[in-house]
Amino acid sequence: MTRDARAALKQAGFSRRDFLKTSGALIVGFSASSTLLHAQGGGPSPGSPSLNQVDSWIAIAADGSVTAYSGKEELGQGISTAQTQLVAEELCVPIQRVKLIYCDTALTPDQAHTSGSQSHPANFNQGNLAQAGATAREALLKLASERLGVPVDQLDVADGIVSVKNNPSKKISYGELVGGQKFSLALDKSAKRKPPSQWTVLGQPVTRPDLPALVAGQFEFVHNVRLPGMLHGTVVRPPAVGATIISVDEASVKGMPGVVKVVVKKNFVGVVAEKPWQAIQAAAKLKVNWTPGSGLPSHANFYEHLRNQKPTRDVLLVDSKDVEQRLAESATVLNATYHHPYQMHGSVGSSCAVADVQGDKATIYSPTQAVWYQRNTAAMVLGLKPENLHVVYRPGSGCYGLNGADTVTYDAALLSQAVGKPVRVQLSRKDEMAWENYGNAYVIDERAGLDAQGNIIAWHHESWSASLGNRPGPRTPGNVITGLLVGFEPEPFAPRSPAPDPRNYNNGSNGVPSYVAGRIDGTNRGTGNVKSERVLLHNVQSPFWTGPLRSPARLQNTFAHEGFMDELASRVKADPLEYRLRHLSDARLIGVVKAAAKAANWDARPSPKPDIRKAGIATGRGMACVLYEGDNGYSAMVLEVEVNQDTGKVAVKHIVAATDCGPISNPDGLRNQIEGGALQGASRALGEEVTWDEQKVTSFDWSTYRSLPLGFDLPKIESVLLNRPDQEATGAGELSITLVAAALGNAIFDATGARIRQVPFTPERVKAALAART
Amino acid sequence: MSAITLKVNGQSHTLDLDPATPLLYALSDDLALRGPKFGCGLGQCGACTVIVKGQAIRSCVTPVKAVAGSEITTLEGLGTVEKLHPIQKAFLDERAAQCGFCLNGIILTAKALLDKNPKASEQEIQQAMSGVLCRCFTNVRMLAAIRRYEQEIAR
Repeated sequence: MTRDARAALKQAGFSRRDFLKTSGALIVGFSASSTLLHAQGGGPSPGSPSLNQVDSWIAIAADGSVTAYSGKEELGQGISTAQTQLVAEELCVPIQRVKLIYCDTALTPDQAHTSGSQSHPANFNQGNLAQAGATAREALLKLASERLGVPVDQLDVADGIVSVKNNPSKKISYGELVGGQKFSLALDKSAKRKPPSQWTVLGQPVTRPDLPALVAGQFEFVHNVRLPGMLHGTVVRPPAVGATIISVDEASVKGMPGVVKVVVKKNFVGVVAEKPWQAIQAAAKLKVNWTPGSGLPSHANFYEHLRNQKPTRDVLLVDSKDVEQRLAESATVLNATYHHPYQMHGSVGSSCAVADVQGDKATIYSPTQAVWYQRNTAAMVLGLKPENLHVVYRPGSGCYGLNGADTVTYDAALLSQAVGKPVRVQLSRKDEMAWENYGNAYVIDERAGLDAQGNIIAWHHESWSASLGNRPGPRTPGNVITGLLVGFEPEPFAPRSPAPDPRNYNNGSNGVPSYVAGRIDGTNRGTGNVKSERVLLHNVQSPFWTGPLRSPARLQNTFAHEGFMDELASRVKADPLEYRLRHLSDARLIGVVKAAAKAANWDARPSPKPDIRKAGIATGRGMACVLYEGDNGYSAMVLEVEVNQDTGKVAVKHIVAATDCGPISNPDGLRNQIEGGALQGASRALGEEVTWDEQKVTSFDWSTYRSLPLGFDLPKIESVLLNRPDQEATGAGELSITLVAAALGNAIFDATGARIRQVPFTPERVKAALAART
Repeated sequence: MSAITLKVNGQSHTLDLDPATPLLYALSDDLALRGPKFGCGLGQCGACTVIVKGQAIRSCVTPVKAVAGSEITTLEGLGTVEKLHPIQKAFLDERAAQCGFCLNGIILTAKALLDKNPKASEQEIQQAMSGVLCRCFTNVRMLAAIRRYEQEIAR
């Protein structure tokens, strides 16, 4: 509470305690900025608890137990445990006394999506949950000071009990101070966070409390939600991209056991039955006449199609205006083009939701990454008022971004509305994989000029990617398939070419390479020292749905930048580590690069290895580094590979990943994310690619979309954690995955002398690259 | 529809089912068990795994009539939250999960292997686990948990 506020309170004749008994009587402190969180939506959804009020985040019961409310949810990444640690730490209570509730529109504040490695920065720095905890602790201490008649600086607090330093028997508990009452207090930005040097709970490798139920098969996923009278639905998706309904022959399923209703709404078709197997059988038998699809560009020539498609939306991220001139003056100019395919989230469990629509009201259990946005957009799909919908997050299978979670929620809601009973929908494997919002395909041209000493003096990056749809956000249900099928449009494509000059620095999902200055308005915002720079992005319309897939665009860009950096180093016969350090200016990025190299006992020499034999097993090492999104976590990776030059098979043998994400909230959770990201990155780099024919997607199960299984030749993984308690918390869940394709490509080059500029590194592609060696 | 008797985790249940119904639906819907899960419905990912006659089988592609009368073990049949089975405890000790959706298939596939071959080599474990997917790629910890359990039963 500010001094002015205290004075006003005193003048009004209120004691602090009286004030706390009242509700919302006074606003102190500051207004928590939420602009960054809600870039898409312009602020929390109507009806959300205020992000600026302590009561939106924290409640203390009469028995002293703490309930914390968060808009950032558990997706398997461990953030619920870390948030519980955070609240226990700031409030000085044992972790067992804190219950965390997240993502329920009846209870928790709208923090937009749980995505983009944003949960750690959003809730662990100077705002939101962390600041609510600090504000609450200071308010409790001030209250105790009044009750005990002792100044705050002579009080201790532990286990939720405030006591007098020199007289510990004089004490009062949180429950006695505020139990069951509201704080009615705004978040105070001057409230002091507990310094990491005093942490006892945060920073510890606390085990996730949900693990016992998970290993015992007792955990309630959204798939396990069962409501009284619940029915089961199955959707019937179009057979081809762009196909629309001509007619539906409901008689084709008449009399089938358990069938309750065939539901048709524009191009949306579903069947509701008493049991799931009955719904699946009926959906398979239902005769639907569809128009032919709108046709798809050739898969074989897709990258050419992508590069040449018009119109485009162009973005210029940086432009020093001298790149062409500097390239012309360069002693050497190198060009390379990198290709990255559409890839999918491929959740192991297909997406599921349960909806209960009764008249003009609905309760929805959804694995969505944004309950408030799901509430708003499901209301649009159902034609109901958003305030009449209650959306409750229930965990789904790991999503890694925008899987089928939102679309299946609309499916369940539509089917429930049609029958007036609760309906559960779980997508088939094919419906999940053929219609999800894929991670974007990319074509990336890199061009750099070197001076006579081999230093980079100019870097030009130009990319082409395709997109259609996205997360639904607060008002665009047409961004996913079900929304489109019932008549909503995806967010419009807005062509713009040429791109305007950049005004503010935007790293553009790592469109800006790590080695350029990133200079805007006379200030260098990048992490490198190459002053002559131009980064131009072209976006075109995609034939397929696209959406964020773990490290969206950042992985693709980093694959190109870090591979190309390796090419430049090789061209001037420099050690790739030394060459990176020569062109980096950011101390923390340099820090992770050096830490990874040290832990990996980096073999300092140019690539490729000398004296490569062109047959049999070849081994090599590669590296890559990134400052994620230009401001959200530092990582460097050294990767060792074994290439069978006879079969083209690539085996990752050893990965060292160094990470700096500010103060580490839970080192075990962090390691888990680094390990999983590294191996998911290996799977994506080695085998994953969406495929299609003239009409439809042809990668729709695990035999047509190749994931590494649990049992494969596992690399040794070492995580080097650089704890930076003096820095802000950043994201960490997408760091390691961003680097794998690049480090792997560089290691293959080191081992064999063959540069592979296209993901995935299938044995056929590797063999072709090996055969092309001179 | 016909009366089918399923013996699940030591209890008998008589259900009125189409005999062609995949076992998974009987377990997860009629019996409301949370262990076996629908992942692909094609026998490709392992999320629906149960143990029947010592074998890890895919319940999503096994008709109920094929296992009527046989003892069926699901993940919740091994141990409880209060008293975990040693293999579940090994997964807890290694903190071997992210989203945890695949745990059912991973744990039961590993258990079926080690029940038959308690001294399975690294390669045999890898081979047995080559048909199950963890898309969070918690492989390091899960394989460590399997080896931890293997060492435990060897003692």
